[in-house]
Amino acid sequence: MSVDAATVKKIARLARIRITDDEVAGYESELNAMLGFVEQLNEVDVDGVEPMTSVTPMVLRRREDVVTDGGYPEKIVANAPLSEDNFFMVPKVVE
Amino acid sequence: MTELTRLSLAAARKGLDDKAFSAVELTEAYLGAIAAANPKLNAYVAVTDDQAREMAAASDERLAAGKGGPLEGIPLGIKDLFGTKGSHTQAGSHILDGFKPEYESTVTANLWRDGAVMLGKLNMDEFAMGSSNETSYYGPVINPWRGEGSNLDLVPGGSSGGSAAAVSAWLCAGATATDTGGSIRQPAAFTGTVGIKPTYGRCSRWGVVAFASSLDQAGPIARTVEDAALLMTSMSGFDPKDSTSADLAVPDFAAAVERGVKGLVIGVPREYRMDGMPEEIEALWRQGLEWLRAEGATVRDISLPHTKYALPAYYIVAPAEASSNLARYDGVKYGLRVSGKDITDMYELTRAAGFGREVKRRVMIGTYVLSAGYYDAYYVRAQKVRTLIKRDFEAVFADGVDAILTPATPSAAFGVGDEDMKADPVKMYLNDVFTVTVNMAGLPGIAVPAGKDASGLPLGLQLIGKPFDEETLFAAGRVIERSAGIDFSPKVWW
Repeated sequence: MSVDAATVKKIARLARIRITDDEVAGYESELNAMLGFVEQLNEVDVDGVEPMTSVTPMVLRRREDVVTDGGYPEKIVANAPLSEDNFFMVPKVVE
Repeated sequence: MTELTRLSLAAARKGLDDKAFSAVELTEAYLGAIAAANPKLNAYVAVTDDQAREMAAASDERLAAGKGGPLEGIPLGIKDLFGTKGSHTQAGSHILDGFKPEYESTVTANLWRDGAVMLGKLNMDEFAMGSSNETSYYGPVINPWRGEGSNLDLVPGGSSGGSAAAVSAWLCAGATATDTGGSIRQPAAFTGTVGIKPTYGRCSRWGVVAFASSLDQAGPIARTVEDAALLMTSMSGFDPKDSTSADLAVPDFAAAVERGVKGLVIGVPREYRMDGMPEEIEALWRQGLEWLRAEGATVRDISLPHTKYALPAYYIVAPAEASSNLARYDGVKYGLRVSGKDITDMYELTRAAGFGREVKRRVMIGTYVLSAGYYDAYYVRAQKVRTLIKRDFEAVFADGVDAILTPATPSAAFGVGDEDMKADPVKMYLNDVFTVTVNMAGLPGIAVPAGKDASGLPLGLQLIGKPFDEETLFAAGRVIERSAGIDFSPKVWW
């Protein structure tokens, strides 16, 4: 399988990365080089094989459903490019 | 004072106990070495000198009171991927511009608990994506090693290129690093240092910037096998804050170093004998097997039939996980923001300006293989192949093999700006062909310097172990280190 210019633009949009028109051809060839490389996986017989979900045999631990952390909103927003009253500020999203 | 920086971590720790020098003197020696070398090598992206001096002074107090920890007063470099409270943490990226976390990663907290001193943050490929340290926003790290009679700048490998270069050039006594596909072992091999990727789950991932969560694992780079074992003992341990952390007691890894290999079965996988493999790599591999045999190990030919599929499967799984992990960089919560006409515009412009080319490429491929209609064909298939890769290893271990010996890399360090690698991303990816299988199967792997190529550059061998049996890797790695008996000190040109 390979991607064309329209698909590259669509992927960039899904990934929320702006790419300019003159960048499209470069990405198209790089992504196709990667897709060409992974093509060889189609040689492998994977019938009846379970996809890996955990690399080591482990059961996810459970704990009481209680608050164990928090109470410091000023630390949460400390690195925000823009914040006010301990809220993250973003461009208007609802008219 | 500079000779203090030449001591191994173990010798420096003993010197502190013997009052041969103070922790402050040791730290000052390293800070001096960094100031002199970093303009040339670019290994550090931030030097935390004030903090280093404070930590060293506190170490001297604890040492005087007879309360020194296992790493008391030992100056370390920290890969920029680890969250360190109040100091530079940007994963080698522009998108985390100015980020200073309010928290400390578990691994670094463990090191400070044991008395270590932080010298600063080490350069790396952006978000740990790369094998040459050339994708860093902060520019490439230069390998302290040069070919004989050459002044060509070589890469230190990646992504932990700053860690490997700093350890090799005596700019820290040891360093933290991380390994997703070979990012500890390949740079260790390129710089004549020792690097171990522990079993998945051995070191907590909490507070470490995520690349591919099912593959990422922290580990040390050090100048000797013993030093690596000392660092690993401190870095490891169960952490309830990481849901994949293994709830297992941490062995005293240093105690295993001189255990020897008598009676061990060492596997030699035929699939690692690649077409076009340089004769010097083959010869080094045979030599390594001879050394282990001479000390009482049995060498056995084994087969890991799915080896060749590990790298292509990795280039689906890792970008898929990265595209998800890196979705958090949106210009809202931290780091860089580029304003736009609406919020989507802001996301797109921020991520276009903040991510480098390699990261964008991987996020895009990851987005594609996870998108509707392609998920089964790419992602699910890759995860099935991953199951097969892991089964290959399980079968040979069940058959009595204790560890596996392979080359660490297909070549010695290459030049900065190598044209072949630039032209074809897949060529760069092939650097990890011997190391990536280990991440895919969650196993421990150690790279130990074992020889030199025709131009005098270091070459490493890799040992792969059973899950949570890093001790055997330290023991066998030590046999290789001792048998090689080579001084892996680069000639100072910087």
